[in-house]
Amino acid sequence: MLQSLLSGDMPRSRILAVILVAILVCLALAPFLFPGVRTVDTAARICVFILLVASYDLLLGYGGIVSFAHTMFFGIGAYGVALALTHMGRGFGPIFVGAGAGAVMAAALALLIGLFSLRVRAIFFAMITLAVASAVAVLVSQMSGLTGGEDGLTFKLPRALGPAFKFGKEALGGELFGVTLNGKLLAYYFVFAGALVLFLMLLRVVNSPFGRVLLAIRENDFRAEAIGYRVVYYRVAATCLSAAVAALAGSLYAVWLRYVGPETTLSMELMIDILLMVVIGGMGTMYGAVIGATLFVLAQNYLQTLMGAASGLVEGVPVLPQLLSADRWLLWLGVLFILSVYFFPTGVVGRLRGGK
Amino acid sequence: MTDPILRTQDLTVRFGGHVAVDAVSCAFQAGELTAIVGPNGAGKTTYFNLISGQIPATGGKVFLRGRDLAGMSASQRTKAGIGRAFQLTNLFPDLTVLENVRLVVQSHSGQGFNLWSMASRHSELTEAAEAVLERVRLADLAGQVVSELSHGNQRKLEVALLIALDPAVYMFDEPTAGMSVDEAPVVLDLIAELKAQNDRTILLVEHKMDVIRTLADRIIVLHNGELAADGPPAEVMASDVVQEAYMGKELEDV
Repeated sequence: MLQSLLSGDMPRSRILAVILVAILVCLALAPFLFPGVRTVDTAARICVFILLVASYDLLLGYGGIVSFAHTMFFGIGAYGVALALTHMGRGFGPIFVGAGAGAVMAAALALLIGLFSLRVRAIFFAMITLAVASAVAVLVSQMSGLTGGEDGLTFKLPRALGPAFKFGKEALGGELFGVTLNGKLLAYYFVFAGALVLFLMLLRVVNSPFGRVLLAIRENDFRAEAIGYRVVYYRVAATCLSAAVAALAGSLYAVWLRYVGPETTLSMELMIDILLMVVIGGMGTMYGAVIGATLFVLAQNYLQTLMGAASGLVEGVPVLPQLLSADRWLLWLGVLFILSVYFFPTGVVGRLRGGK
Repeated sequence: MTDPILRTQDLTVRFGGHVAVDAVSCAFQAGELTAIVGPNGAGKTTYFNLISGQIPATGGKVFLRGRDLAGMSASQRTKAGIGRAFQLTNLFPDLTVLENVRLVVQSHSGQGFNLWSMASRHSELTEAAEAVLERVRLADLAGQVVSELSHGNQRKLEVALLIALDPAVYMFDEPTAGMSVDEAPVVLDLIAELKAQNDRTILLVEHKMDVIRTLADRIIVLHNGELAADGPPAEVMASDVVQEAYMGKELEDV
């Protein structure tokens, strides 16, 4: 059962297994374990980013393809849901229509870019994705009539996913372990379940015969061709699949935020964050996405608080309070990245699995 | 004479002004092992690259069982039945020995685009791969990562990949290069076994004369990209052209 769920890709390290189970339990019970608007919001972001980073890992870690357009696909999914909910009214139908349309459009765009550029050398693909992603980002901010421009779009979710929707009044008195049973809770579980199912699907894909071919191509594309695999088809297929999943992650993100904007879904900064998460977690492992995204989102959200507290503790000591001041959090985040890449060149997962 | 399995007709490739392979026409029969000899830079490996599709020809044709292979990519030619082992070991270094062979078996079975089943549950692929490893005597190293294998074992694996492909045309490019004295016979025995099956044609680029003498039915000599001689081993080896080409003397302009 577990073997089937994880597609036979066991963590292969006791520490890694413990960490993964801990993350899963924390995310699954986040609203109950850490009640609070900010903590639940962080947990939802972790869910979305695990999926987004995993889909990028399919491309980078398994396919050996560098793409800078992953946020574009993420954005397409997010805007898909936003536009559908804006124009079709609130309801679950528009969410699925928007997410589906976003995924299909992302895959089609990936197919187009892939067929144009993956035939030659993988480096052209990286360059073309960079160009297309920048163009789309500009387009989205200019076409303000449709996309809301730089301001983005705010939209209404189905009532069942809003905070005003209460349930379980008769049976449980509207509360469970002190947590109000409302639509926000349902929205969290919608995001959590969507991310979990899609992540397990990706895990299945990378452990399928198709995934093995991708590994072979990453290792030696010349020989992969010589044993009968048409390399370009496999690369294009991986690109399309990865784009579609990224779009679905974007849809989940839009559902959670009830807002989309260029800054949250399309920015280059976000693209670099994704790259860092893949590298920190460990390329080509899928579980690396879980660990990378969790560490990164936590650091992004809590490093500042942590440092503020630390700075308060060392008050009176020279230099230290300034160094640890909450305003310096980006500096320390940078230092953490450099250290983690230096000490875990194969990522946290690679290190834990004891591989090279 | 029956129809040849493989035939090249005026096969030519130019790199700028340099003609690396010059109008080579040759036919290869089933059950035949042809040694291709010639000095370094004579165009032997390039001739292989033209047949297997790694390099597009600038002139001439390649026929596999009478079918023109023009315009087919390397992977399509592999599927059609042209199998190629490489001179410089060319494997998937971070994967295990078993996984290397299984990838070939999987390519052969057309499972490459299977996205949903678990690769580790395809026992038919694993068993076929294990059988090949048994044949090349690598079975006990199945779980090893390729980059950790000795050079000789990597060469054996190179041959194993070709055997797993089960092609109609086997092309070996110096299969025993750099192998130790006790490892080379394993590979040569395997080639002899393939030859004994009698339904394939084998092309062998080789420098070691003793290997050629024991295995080859026929020798073709390439010199400056041209077909300089073609015939039974004893005859060709005695001929002036081979003596001169192999002793390093320049062929006089005729």
